[in-house]
Amino acid sequence: MAEFLIETIGLPTWFAWTAIAGLSAFLILNVIAGGALVFIWAERKIAARIQDRLGPTRTGGRFGWLQSLADGIKLLAKEDLMPDGADALLFRLAPYVSFCASFCAFIALPFAFDTVGQRLNVGVFFVVAVLGLEVFGVILAGYASASKWSLFGAMREAAQVVSYEVPLGMCVVVPVMLAGSMDLVTIGEKQAGWAMNWFIFHDPFTFIIFWVYCTCAIASVNRAPFDLAEAESELVAGFHTEYSGLRWSFFFMAEYGSMFLVSALAAILFLGGWNGPVPVSELLGFSDGVAANAPFALRFIGCMNLFLKATAGVLLMMWIRWTLPRLRIDQVMTTCLKYCTPIAAAMFLGVMLWQLFLPGGLVPGSFRAAAGVREGWLEQSYRKESAEDESLSLKNLSRHISEVSR
Amino acid sequence: MVQTLDEDQRIIEFDVRTDEMLVNMGPQHPSTHGVLRLVLRTDGEIVSELEPHIGYLHRCAEKIGENLTARQWIPYTDRMDYLAAMNMNLGWSLAVEKLLRYQVSEKARHLRVLIVELNRIASHLVGMGAYGLDLGTFSPFLYAFREREKILDLYEEVCGARLTYSYITVGGMTADLPPGWLQRCEAFLDQFEPIIQEYHTLLTTNAIFVKRTATIGVLSPEMAIDYGCTGPVLRGSGVDIDLRRDGESIYTAMYDGYAFEVAVMKNGHYPRDHEYPAVPKDAVLGDCWHRFFVRMLEVVQSMDLVRQSIDRYSQCKGALGEPLKLAEKLPAGDTYLETECPKGQMGFYLVTDGTPIPWRVRARSSSFSNLAVSPELCRGCLIADVPAVVGSLDVVMGEIDR
Repeated sequence: MAEFLIETIGLPTWFAWTAIAGLSAFLILNVIAGGALVFIWAERKIAARIQDRLGPTRTGGRFGWLQSLADGIKLLAKEDLMPDGADALLFRLAPYVSFCASFCAFIALPFAFDTVGQRLNVGVFFVVAVLGLEVFGVILAGYASASKWSLFGAMREAAQVVSYEVPLGMCVVVPVMLAGSMDLVTIGEKQAGWAMNWFIFHDPFTFIIFWVYCTCAIASVNRAPFDLAEAESELVAGFHTEYSGLRWSFFFMAEYGSMFLVSALAAILFLGGWNGPVPVSELLGFSDGVAANAPFALRFIGCMNLFLKATAGVLLMMWIRWTLPRLRIDQVMTTCLKYCTPIAAAMFLGVMLWQLFLPGGLVPGSFRAAAGVREGWLEQSYRKESAEDESLSLKNLSRHISEVSR
Repeated sequence: MVQTLDEDQRIIEFDVRTDEMLVNMGPQHPSTHGVLRLVLRTDGEIVSELEPHIGYLHRCAEKIGENLTARQWIPYTDRMDYLAAMNMNLGWSLAVEKLLRYQVSEKARHLRVLIVELNRIASHLVGMGAYGLDLGTFSPFLYAFREREKILDLYEEVCGARLTYSYITVGGMTADLPPGWLQRCEAFLDQFEPIIQEYHTLLTTNAIFVKRTATIGVLSPEMAIDYGCTGPVLRGSGVDIDLRRDGESIYTAMYDGYAFEVAVMKNGHYPRDHEYPAVPKDAVLGDCWHRFFVRMLEVVQSMDLVRQSIDRYSQCKGALGEPLKLAEKLPAGDTYLETECPKGQMGFYLVTDGTPIPWRVRARSSSFSNLAVSPELCRGCLIADVPAVVGSLDVVMGEIDR
């Protein structure tokens, strides 16, 4: 599309690229923010169902589906309060830091094999690192609020998130090791074919480490039973006690954005990403092995696959939240240091040995036939990618987006 | 001469020392059960000292009682333990009846057992749900309220009120049961019985719940008695006292012929008349888990008592009897009576001078004594344990402040 702008309309190159980048950023931001609104609504309905209530029923006609929007408007109209003793600059800055950290990570998150904001060869690393920045917003909020409860929440968050980065990192390294790449697109494509190709079913160790990843992911996005930073019954509302209106809702959006992000990451790393459990397109012979020629429908189905898997992860988090009591801070740390980290380390070692001695699986070549086509595909597209400009994948996204909008 | 830091080593140490922080928990805090204010002295997450401040709900109920006749004061007892108002009504009514040496009819006696035990279930349901809330789980609270709502519906049919009943009064009850009420009550019990297992799954045996409550806030039997703790708090420490069995004759006579076993751990196990989950290995007698569990057992026990009283009430011939006159003259003297309320032993004391209006009224609140032990239990615990401990004492501020 940028080429279209340059060649046909005759815009300057820098302007065309900036415009397209801006458009892409706008789309990512709004798709995810819109998704967050849907998730907030879903959480209210699901919580209500779990608790024998109805939840929102009126707003927007049936099912109260416009409730999140109505809440958003209400939050917009609310007074923006700031405590007297607060550090004004940091207090105002904190929600944006959280929000940006959570949403920035989506830049490198592929939604289908070439539908990615910016394909990075260290995609996994980027996503985990940027997601870890969210804690800064929380610490800033707690420090700047001039409230003791906020400070408690911030300190808890700092201790918890930093600790859980360790086992989380170990879990994330396992798929990287199996795929031999830190590129999320490569990791996803390596799992093409039947569901047995998904990394969660690769060997017993990956199966266990998937659940460790789930635990650490819930802890790192501060969801129950690890929601210590905002523990309602202890810390009133934790780090966002003093926030109101839209600033508060930025924290909320960041939370739901991160929830979706870690679920999508789980889907890509362990659950085959955008590949369905059955390789329908390969079986029917739709794909000819060249990524650029892949029909639009394939990309769309890939996106849907990923969205479904990520949504399932988010729903799982909601289910857990409305069922379990909250752990205490020392128990949270114990879970991390005494269980998650050693298990992750042992499984990491196990996967390493498995790769060394049984690289083809117990029954060599059993389910990997269908993946052959896609691997050739991957090679081709990767060579093309590396040969051309880095921002080419951005073009792919914009093309995809323009097709969607058409 | 001013000493510099280099000269005096202690100053450096003092300078490096981290400060203790004084934190106000309440009176507007989500987990302080109304308007309780706890002042915590904390070192990081560790609470070194806790001090409860009360009085935010004081309404001079006792003074008002010295200006009203005995029956007129009944609505004020409602507002003490508003979660178990029937029990409050009964406590005051029995104290006045004891002074008057008045005995209610057999039918009224069984009806009182029925109503009061039903209210004990409702009260413990709130206690259980709110305790889940204190530990960060929301759903059991709503499950508990769903069932309590049905009890409130039953009460609404009986007396028109859902919270402040004023139903049991001096000399009997304000009205008899409406037709078909007993069947509806039995239907509720049948429907409610299997649900208790759900509560056990979500809370009692839940691994996180056990982790959060076992060995937390251990109250030794000696300390419990020293502080005057009563009710489930005392029985949770393994002290076998229940006024329905051990109380004064006018109160125990009400439960004459009723079969029930006091929910207390004896020789390492609880009375085995019902199916219930095993005590987890981590739990120590007197900790939060045991206090919670005693309440759960009392729910089952009260259900049993309600069933028994339904039988007896429906077999009773004769009239229910009218309550005493609103301005019945009280003989000069004084009397004190304690009854076993859901929160503990609630006592009423009244001094009379021969007029219908008592000269002095005094209420002895169980929540007050139970709360008094919280500084002992919370010393050295974490902030997250404070709601767990205070919640397990199950205090009601309306009763503490009166």
